[in-house]
Formats: sequence, structure tokens, C-alpha cells
Amino acid sequence: MTDHVQQNRLLSVEHLTTGFEQHDRFLPAVIDVSFHVSAGETLGLVGESGSGKSVTALSIMRLVEPPGRIAAGKVLYRERDLLTLPEREMQKIRGGEIALIFQEPMTALNPVFTIGNQIEETLLIHGRATRRTARQKAIELLDTVSVPEPQKRVRDYPHQLSGGLRQRALIAMSLACEPSLVIADEPTTALDVTIQAQILDLLRDLQQRMGLALLLITHDLGVVAEMADRVAVMYAGRIVEEAAVRELFGDPKHPYTRGLMASMPGGEPGRRLRAIQGTVPPLGQLPPGCSFAPRCPDRFEPCPTAHPGDTTFGAGRTVKCYLHGPAVESVPLPLTAAARTGTDR
Amino acid sequence: MALLEVRDLVKEFTRKQGLFQKASVVRAVDGVSFTVESGETFGLVGESGSGKTTTGRCILRLIEPTSGEVRFKGEDVQSFSRARLRQARRDMQIVFQDPYSSLNPRMRVGDIVEEPLVIHRTGPKSERRARVAELFDLVGLDPSQLSRYPHQFSGGQRQRIGLARALALSPSLIIADEPVSALDVSVQAQVINLLMDLQQRLNLTYVFIAHDLRLVQHICNRVAVMYLGRIVEMGPTGRLFAAPAHPYTRALLSAIPLPDPDARRQRILLDPRSFDREASLREVGAEGHLAAV
Repeated sequence: MTDHVQQNRLLSVEHLTTGFEQHDRFLPAVIDVSFHVSAGETLGLVGESGSGKSVTALSIMRLVEPPGRIAAGKVLYRERDLLTLPEREMQKIRGGEIALIFQEPMTALNPVFTIGNQIEETLLIHGRATRRTARQKAIELLDTVSVPEPQKRVRDYPHQLSGGLRQRALIAMSLACEPSLVIADEPTTALDVTIQAQILDLLRDLQQRMGLALLLITHDLGVVAEMADRVAVMYAGRIVEEAAVRELFGDPKHPYTRGLMASMPGGEPGRRLRAIQGTVPPLGQLPPGCSFAPRCPDRFEPCPTAHPGDTTFGAGRTVKCYLHGPAVESVPLPLTAAARTGTDR
Repeated sequence: MALLEVRDLVKEFTRKQGLFQKASVVRAVDGVSFTVESGETFGLVGESGSGKTTTGRCILRLIEPTSGEVRFKGEDVQSFSRARLRQARRDMQIVFQDPYSSLNPRMRVGDIVEEPLVIHRTGPKSERRARVAELFDLVGLDPSQLSRYPHQFSGGQRQRIGLARALALSPSLIIADEPVSALDVSVQAQVINLLMDLQQRLNLTYVFIAHDLRLVQHICNRVAVMYLGRIVEMGPTGRLFAAPAHPYTRALLSAIPLPDPDARRQRILLDPRSFDREASLREVGAEGHLAAV
């Protein structure tokens, strides 16, 4: 890797492990996760519930609360490790440099303040406006995210807005300080499909206009296919496959990725879907060896012994699966060994 | 004769605006008519607020419709006495969206599935117990887990329990209200397969209420698209998806994110002025493809 490419990396997560303390046990929710996001690109982080994708986002923002704990790893943002930054510095990063958009706009907004107040507060805290200019700036921001009649809407309370408008207001707030990176955690999951389409179009448009880097967290492969340049697929706390979006959809290599794509409705109507058997193992009940092995149609001898490490295919394409190579993961084992109890099949 | 016939169904809700203001009336369902043949899967699609859930509940009289007619096996459900309605409900059941809130957390799952059998007084305890074990087996659950509580099951398993409960009295019609939308994709597929298997084995008829068009396209024989309380388009699934006639249907179909990075996307935005809200359904294609244009 040349220095030039390294510099291009806005965010680089290295060997991140985050988990929860419970009765003197450490239950890992994110295990040895590494990925990077370059300026202006969209990385899709896909996974089902319990895969660790939201905990990854919270770890980057250092918003993991006890009993949760970041146990290991680095989060390099513009080559500074966010995990070792003093809290005061970190507060400048949050919202100022990296913005987080949540799934549920109703709970992310404060119901007793107008959306104008809330956007202005963000601007004032980060010193991006004065009391006199804040209102005007807030109106401009609402206009940027295509809220109709922003002069009027700025005085509305969250409950007076529809779900789609609330999400737009939230995006306006996150853009207030002109961040370089936006982390969007299921930004459209709570919305209807036509509204979802509008919000995705908006995000894509803003990204191009402002040169934003976007870390898009979703469970929906359709959303990923539309939005992402690269994709990282998470399963039970690990990134099991990473690839450019066309490579991933054209030639999925991990059996979980393949299973996920095959289980989507489509193909000949009325045909049985190719479901993945079983369910995601609950936190702290990871099976020994590969976490996906108990559900995997392709498992063979090495799978239950140790979790596979990354096998690399060309630039930026990795997969954790013994089908593609003998690489064994280098994670210190006590982490997973502590969690060896049965699986939910 | 159609198994289910819904004609001009209307449901109005009155909403109090404030202490001193007059109550306003919202028409959640605004003159909905359709028929469902025995053995088919009829999809009711729409976004939030379209009235699809209210329609489903009015059919079962879980909420009383304001006006209109619901005929089940030729009989007018509206005219049923309480006793007759209870009897009819053995034959028409509902599966709810949320597998977390629709099961009583303080009851053992065996008792949850047995409850309808107890209410409808079907046979002695031993027979009921045998039936519950059979139902567990039918929906792919392990009968040895009958004495567990709902929280000990995953979302997909809970939805199977809800389904076992709905099947307990051997109904012919099941209204499935977003039965898989709370589940992860991989688990969703398991439950969808189960629904399709059961339909074949038990000759069930489904009214499948959903917002996920990909899913509807996969499992429904016929579809009705609802928008603001009305059916704006209805027809055989293949025809409707291939040649949508109503502007709303087109906008809805164009909004689905496709799992293909190279798919050509042409988003069609809905302009509410581009169609007449009051238009009634008329034939736009073969095999009963209707649209309000």
C-alpha cells in the first residue's frame, strides 16, 4: 500500500473488538473488524440483526455505553486514533467531522423543541453560526435537503412532520457542520418504500455535491446495490466478506452472502425460497470455529475447529471461509473460547 | 362462489382535534371491493396509512366497519350474531405482524397454541394436547419445547407459534398482516416457505397484507394496490407487475431497490395531480386487470 492511497483513507478501522460485560464474562459483539472508508465513497455495511453493524457505528463515534466496552483496536480518522482522543477533542469530531444519522427519526429528535431550535443548537455548539445567523442557516439547511417551505417548517415540532420530512430534518442537522463522513444507520428502514427512494436519492445527491464519505449500515441488499461503491458483509460480529459492489453481487464468495442473496424473494413466483437454515447465534453463544458453520450448507472438516481468517482476492476483496483458502484467524482465542456454549439450531 | 367477497367496505375513524374543536372524520377505508377465491393468495399492498390493515381487521370484524358488506362462504358476516361470529372465526384467522407483542409473555407457548381449542371447547384435554403437538410439528417447531415461554424463542420461531395458533381450529382463510416484515431476510424466507407449504397441504386461502412488493410478487396470485383508503389497481400479479396502469402503482414499483448494482433505475415520482382520486376501477387488461384511471 503506497502512502498516497493511505492518505486517501478518511476513516480506517483496525482490528476493532467491542463487546458487553455480563457476569464477569466478556461477550463480543464486534470481533476483529477492519475496514476503511475513503473520501467521497460509500461503504455499505450489511448484516442481519445481531451482526454487530450498529455496535460498530457506535464504537467509531465512541458512544458505546457500559456494560459495553471497546476492548481492542484502532479507529483512525485522518490518521488520528479516535479511541485515544481526550473526550473534549472527541466532541468536536462528533457532529463536526463525523455525523451519525439514526434509523428512527422520531426518537433521534427532541420532541419538545422545534426542528429549527435543534439545528441551530448544533450550529451554535460547534461555532458554525452566531445567534443572529443561526436561524437563517437552519432554513438554508432545510432547503438543501429539499424540505418544502423551509421558512415555515423551521418552526415545526417533530411530531408535526411526516416520517420522511423528519428524516430530512435529521439529515439537515447532521450536515449542519459540514462533516466529511456521515454514518447512516438504517436511515430508511422505518420509512415507506416511495419515501425511502426519495431519501436515498437525497443522500446520493448530497454526497456528490459535498464530496461526503458515507458509511451506510443496512440489512437491505437492494439498498446496498443502489448506493454502495464497496460492501462489507457482517455476520455474528465479523466482516465475513468485503468486495466492490459489482464483484459482490456478480460473484458472492462467502456461503452466507450467497445464502442472503438466494433467500430474497425473486425468481419464479411461487417457488420455494432458498432460506438459510437456523438463526443468527445470540450474543455470547458463538459456536466454536466459524460462526456460520452450523448454518452453512458447504461446511466441511476445518470449519468447526477455528474461525477462518481473511483470504485475499486481488485488491480490496477478502473473504473469511475455508472454501477459499486455509487462512486461520489470528484473533487471541480466549475471546471466543469464553463464549463456547451450544448453538441455536 | 368466491370464498370471500368484500363490497364497498368503508371504515371511518373520528378524531378529536382538540378540546374545543369539532371532531374530524378520517376515511381509513373508502369503498373497497374485492373477491378472494378458495385456495388463492390475495395480496393487499400499500404504504402506511393506505388502509390495508384496517381492511383486514374489518373482514374479521375485529373492528366494526362503518358500512359495506363482507361475505364469507356466501354468508353476510355483518349480520352475524355474537355466537355465530365466534363460530365463523374458527374458519377465518389472523396472523399478526409483530411476533413480540402478539404472544402473551406470561403463558407457555403450548398453552398459547391450545387457547383457541379451549375457547371453542374442542374435545378433552388429552386430545387438545395431542393436537398442539401436531401443530408444533406442522410449523416446524420441536414439540418438546411446549412448556417454554415466548421469550425463549427467536423472532422467526415466534412467528411460527403465532401461525400454529392460527391453524389450531383448521381455518380455511388466514389473514396474514405483514407476517414476515419484522424478521431478518434469511428467516423471512423460512417463514414464507412454510406459509407456501401449509397452503398446499391444508388448502388454505390467504389474504396477504404487505408493503414489500418483492414478496408480494413472489407469493400472491392476485394483488390489489391500496392508496389512501382505496384500491387503485387490482389484477393477476404477473400482469400487474408487468404492465402497471395506475400512476401510483408505477411510482411504487419504481421505488423498490433492486439487488443488482447494474439495474437501470428510473424513478417515477408520484404527482398526486396526475390522477383522479375519485375515479372508479375499470378494465385495463385481460384476466380482470383493473385500475382506477
